[in-house]
Amino acid sequence: MWVQIEKVVLKASQRTSKIPEDTLKCDYVMRINGYADNAEIGKQTEITTLTGRKVSGRVVEVNPKFRHDFGEPVEELMHVGRVCRKELAGGEQ
Amino acid sequence: MDKSYSAVMSRRNDIMKKAMGLDYSDYEINPFAFDYEKMMSDTGFSLEKIREIQLAGKVGNTPLLELKNITNLVRKHSKKGFGARIFIKDEACNASGSFKARRASISAYVAKMKGYKGMAAATSGNYGAAVASQASMYNLGCIILQEVFDSKYTGQPEIIEKSRKCEAYGAEVVQLSVGPELFYCLLDILEETGFFNASLYTPFGIAGVETLGVEIANQCMDMVGKFPEHVVITHAGGGNLTGTARGLKKSGADKTSIIGASVDLSGLHMASDNDFNKKSFTTGHTGFGIPFATWPDRVDVPRNAARPLRYMDRYVLVNQGEVFFTTELLAQLEGLERGPAGNTSLAAAIALASTLPEDEVIVVQETEYTGAGKHPTAQLSFAKKMGIDVRVGNPEENQPGINIVIPESIGQIKVNEQSMEKLKKSYIKNVRNNFPELDIMDENNKKFLMDELKIKDFEIIKSYFMGDKK
Repeated sequence: MWVQIEKVVLKASQRTSKIPEDTLKCDYVMRINGYADNAEIGKQTEITTLTGRKVSGRVVEVNPKFRHDFGEPVEELMHVGRVCRKELAGGEQ
Repeated sequence: MDKSYSAVMSRRNDIMKKAMGLDYSDYEINPFAFDYEKMMSDTGFSLEKIREIQLAGKVGNTPLLELKNITNLVRKHSKKGFGARIFIKDEACNASGSFKARRASISAYVAKMKGYKGMAAATSGNYGAAVASQASMYNLGCIILQEVFDSKYTGQPEIIEKSRKCEAYGAEVVQLSVGPELFYCLLDILEETGFFNASLYTPFGIAGVETLGVEIANQCMDMVGKFPEHVVITHAGGGNLTGTARGLKKSGADKTSIIGASVDLSGLHMASDNDFNKKSFTTGHTGFGIPFATWPDRVDVPRNAARPLRYMDRYVLVNQGEVFFTTELLAQLEGLERGPAGNTSLAAAIALASTLPEDEVIVVQETEYTGAGKHPTAQLSFAKKMGIDVRVGNPEENQPGINIVIPESIGQIKVNEQSMEKLKKSYIKNVRNNFPELDIMDENNKKFLMDELKIKDFEIIKSYFMGDKK
């Protein structure tokens, strides 16, 4: 199974003090994908990563998916082409 | 072996030495000064050899394109006789879609040559994809560590896209939350795997960017019959500017003005969990640009080969709204859909061109690929979700982390010129903080400081030190 696990690399209390206060309150967390024999969301498991490393952590997703996209149409950008092409053609701004 | 934070950090010098096969002590003159040119020439690669490595790695020979429609539009907003010709170097044509392939190609070649089984790099930007792409060509293992999400697990869309791209090239991606401890994770992985540290800041990496400057000089000569008067370079860590400027000089274009450009993100802290997703630009911004210019040796190698103040003639800022406008303009007027990094310097070039005579040439030295997560609609939709006020209006009202104001017209795009003197004084302040006992009258230190700050008259540097003392 191809899964994503999460592990706390450093607890908030173990973090370097040279960082802003808001960050200092948070655990330092890693997420990484790999192959696991068994995986149940929320349970600890060991994965083998793409370079063959063994890493243990809590399963957060099976078949982890990329969810980023192109967003919604942004009206605040739509004038750019219209206004500039008209201007280039010699029309009014 | 003790893998605690303090134990791993205390082994950093040994880990780095093994992971790079490079002993920086060879170049140290004293704890402060070092022989920069010796370090750069010790890569052992001539420009011709670098070019050969890059062409074999599907890198380089990207086209230089004239942006005639944008130039014409700029001229409509300029005084008669003004509006320099704008050209853009289409670096998106490199394998992996950005100029970063130039750096990664040399790192990969060195890693293979030295017998490493793989490469690791800590980078949330295009460089990760470039390393992954080059690793695939050399059949090397590859691990990319990225700062991806805040404490609510909300990922910056552009960085998530970089994770996807690295995976597409077969790399292992380690996604991390906000914080400088990325470096600790890198050291831990280098020690565990014995991989090569494909740092952004090695002499190999920077030498790889020199070909970009060489190509610009030669292509411009072919197309226009002269070297460009101005080259605008998106500035973050300093490698892009350093390498390009060195390449231009090596080609004889030593009168070309080197202009660094960054997106103004002042007020946002780069290591803040709260601020992390309030910015719509993940690189090419002041959060990297200013600290890396004024103290280059803050990186994952002992001596940074990217030293921008040695080459920079001007440093200008644009704001987020202006770059989004420019990205849209490039697509709508020139038929080129490209990513944010190069469009930062294009926004600056648009503003600068209108102040320059129309027979002068201004080159924007990079483009990058775009796509899901990176596109303006992706970033602006995300910004709105993060509570940022996105509106059309006067871009002077832009406030990083609070709003993004998209200009109504191209004539509103302006640069905010930064004082080079202020940057250089800030460098001196950092020298003082890091080396409080430094003897500036020592001949080695004197020469090093004059080179670092590109100042021929040492009295000026002395006055900066005196001023800082007060």
